[in-house]
Amino acid sequence: MPEQAEGTAGAPTREVRDFLRRRGEQIAQRWADEPLFRAVFTVSRDEAVEAGKAVVDALAQVADAARVEDPDAAGFTAVREQLARMGAARSRAGLSTAQVSSELAALRPPVENLLVADLPEDAAVEHVRSCVTTLNVLMGTLRVVVMQTALSEGQALIDRQRLQLLEVATPVIKLWDGIVAVPLIGTLDSARSQVVMETLLESIVEQQARYAILDITGVPTVDSLVAQHLMKTVAAARLMGAECIVSGIRPAIAQTMVHLGLDLGTVVTRASLADALGYVLHQLGVGIVTPGTNGSVAR
Amino acid sequence: MLRLGEVLLVTLQGDLHDSTAQQLQEDLAETIVRSGATGVIIDVSGVEIVDSFLGRILAEIAGQTGLLAARTVLVGMRPAVAITLVELGLTLPGVHTALSTDVAMEVLRQQAPSSRFGGLGQERL
Repeated sequence: MPEQAEGTAGAPTREVRDFLRRRGEQIAQRWADEPLFRAVFTVSRDEAVEAGKAVVDALAQVADAARVEDPDAAGFTAVREQLARMGAARSRAGLSTAQVSSELAALRPPVENLLVADLPEDAAVEHVRSCVTTLNVLMGTLRVVVMQTALSEGQALIDRQRLQLLEVATPVIKLWDGIVAVPLIGTLDSARSQVVMETLLESIVEQQARYAILDITGVPTVDSLVAQHLMKTVAAARLMGAECIVSGIRPAIAQTMVHLGLDLGTVVTRASLADALGYVLHQLGVGIVTPGTNGSVAR
Repeated sequence: MLRLGEVLLVTLQGDLHDSTAQQLQEDLAETIVRSGATGVIIDVSGVEIVDSFLGRILAEIAGQTGLLAARTVLVGMRPAVAITLVELGLTLPGVHTALSTDVAMEVLRQQAPSSRFGGLGQERL
């Protein structure tokens, strides 16, 4: 690879590479005093220097491969995890992406100063400028790499949380012998309704429930998609031998559904969970008796 | 195929080939006519995989038993199977379902005409 680097643009790249290798320790020492490293490695300065050295080595390796503009260069793989950790630590500390980015930018001037001082005094102005430019490009690429990893970290976090949300958001409650209820809360999308359907059907088998109540009091809006999901769940429950009742349709939602022309077809609906429970108990032949009123049946 | 009084109990097991399912459909129609059964209980708890063909066969069985003045109850469908059928758009509207054979017997007792000679078939599917 170094042979390739000795092309027209190769000379400054090689110069920068040699400089990074020669002055690695020094750069790392200076970086350790920068806010980015100081904030992440609070315990010991040596650790910060070591981390800085690893980054410098990676940069030198990238320069060696003459791929200063490529964020996917092999040299970055070694430090990617470490950079991600640093980026994540700063994000956790409450810094915005732009602030992290400017902290990264602050790493450049010390290196640039060192580089200018390191070049022989009689070096041509042209040469000095192209060396500095190469270094700048390299540092820019480093910034891109850190931002990339930080973003993918964030995405991973969101994915994890979405999974957790799916798990906690769909409890199936046994209301009575043979009656289960699912209080749905929040927007129903395809993934969630799938989970709701699966957990509901599982518990129908488990509890041998002949009736299942889907309570949508906590669902903010009902559009055709949500209605379709509800219909699917009801149909699947029916195939298993359980009757499904949809309850908790608020007046505004009932109005919207009629306006949209949504037809829940043969699905039994009730205004509230209490009404649904009353209906189901009636179907099961269970009456509710208020004591002291001569045993009259309340429902 | 088991006969319990006026009810035929069919248990489906494991992988059901298309030809087997079709054979079952024919046998069932003949047995209903021969035995005068008023109810058919199909236990699908052993079925783990369904396709659109089997779904259609089940719907057809329900239709033909209805024509023969008998009622079909599907029993013990697994959640995964139910979800698959719904996703395929096969909600089997004419078929009765139950969680267990006990419940299915109860459903048939409650709703079936007392004998094949009773009623005008308004209780049919």
